[in-house]
Amino acid sequence: MEFAATLVQTGVSTSFDVAPIIAILVLFQVAVLRRRIPNLKRIVMGFIYVLLGLTLFLVGLEEALFPIGETMATQLTAAAVVDPAAVSVQWEDYLLVYAFAFAIGFATTIAEPSLIAVALKAEEVSGGAVGAQGLRIAVALGVAVGVALGCFRIVTGTPLPWYIVGAYAIVIVQTFRSSRTIIPLAYDSGGVTTSTVTVPVLAALGLGLAASVPGRSPLIDGFGLIAFASVFPIMSVLGYAMLVSLISRLHGANMGLRRRSQP
Amino acid sequence: MTRSLDALVRRFAGALRDLAPIIIVIAFFQVAVLQQPFPNLAGVALGLVCVVAGLALFIQGLELGLFPLGEAIAHAFVNKGRAAALRAFTISLGFGTTVAEPALIAVGAEAAEVAAEAGAIAATDEARLRYAFELRMVVACSVGLAIVLGVLRILKGWPLHRLIIGGYVLVTVMTLFAPDEIIGVAYDSGGVTTSTITVPLVTALGVGLASSIKGRNPMLDGFGLIAFASLTPMIFVLAYGMVV
Repeated sequence: MEFAATLVQTGVSTSFDVAPIIAILVLFQVAVLRRRIPNLKRIVMGFIYVLLGLTLFLVGLEEALFPIGETMATQLTAAAVVDPAAVSVQWEDYLLVYAFAFAIGFATTIAEPSLIAVALKAEEVSGGAVGAQGLRIAVALGVAVGVALGCFRIVTGTPLPWYIVGAYAIVIVQTFRSSRTIIPLAYDSGGVTTSTVTVPVLAALGLGLAASVPGRSPLIDGFGLIAFASVFPIMSVLGYAMLVSLISRLHGANMGLRRRSQP
Repeated sequence: MTRSLDALVRRFAGALRDLAPIIIVIAFFQVAVLQQPFPNLAGVALGLVCVVAGLALFIQGLELGLFPLGEAIAHAFVNKGRAAALRAFTISLGFGTTVAEPALIAVGAEAAEVAAEAGAIAATDEARLRYAFELRMVVACSVGLAIVLGVLRILKGWPLHRLIIGGYVLVTVMTLFAPDEIIGVAYDSGGVTTSTITVPLVTALGVGLASSIKGRNPMLDGFGLIAFASLTPMIFVLAYGMVV
């Protein structure tokens, strides 16, 4: 019964989130475009699927994953404290936290619906040259490394801008060495990673860690993990593209050698 | 009918595969590392079924509804040649989808807490609510502006990386002058603005625009709207922190 109530409640709040989008679409359709939308029936059906799917997805996360994920983040960060009275913190004490941050960053990103959407579109637009799975794994690895590094930052208490501005510098250098076609997609992948699944878990992790490490304040140091999770995927997608082109170039060179060696 | 049923079954299998890593990670840390049994196993199982079904339905709806709609709108605007209307549409879409975003509301409330703690605003509920509300408006406006700028870029064919790198430089310079307590909030605000329904719609819009305008390449020009939507909030929130 309680479950049904949550379901209805989430359904209503999801509809409220979608309402402004539908209002804008209808307004412009009626006032400006005044043109029949092709396959309107199918599109309405699709919207109903999206609404229903998102509601079920959120309810399920709320029931199954978030409570355990959040408790886990708190327990892991608390377990790492060896001596609460210690003045200085050894960053090695938190190895388990970094491992958890890496794993959960990767796993939540793979499940992120907006990333799935962009990856599908990228595969379609590129005619299969950019694989949806490869892109998602590259993004997820970027988030994983970023979140683990973000936890390291909270533990050591080093300033956030060093990391983020440093990451920008690397992204800029990579941009000038990458193929032009991948750059827009790589920049986009930074923004889509932190959404429905990732943000609540990362927020719990950041706040839990900042609260348990001596000398850190959850209010000041708890922020920043989302920023890490948005910059590092840009780096990993650009890196992945560079790796793919390098491999194909090496492969091409090998083929060329082999062809030449034939009599 | 059988074909759409077949597609739905495949979506379920795909959703299960997408969620497998999260289940494995949580199960591993719970059982092997923390060495605790699963609390409320029946509830967790029910929740997982919901998550898998929800993701499968969402992806199906994406292909049926959101993607075709975004592209249809882009084509309609280009065919009608209404650039001003397109700008109005994109600004309202950016603002309207961001202002009610739950993640943003949560971050705004926390940011108000930080500002009160740091003494930037009075530690009263009224001051906090006002701060959170203003921050939300600032972010929503910045996303509206971002999408307009992004669409303008597609129309004009400007190279994306120059604009984004310029934005990075601006963020870096502003970081030097912004008060410490706003920096974490500002950096995070870039990531929370793009919701699960906005992203597919905006992506399809960009790709649709780039493919219906002559001389634009969907791969080069179609993507990048989301990148703007995650960069401008950082600049605007930093500016807000400097003003308040």
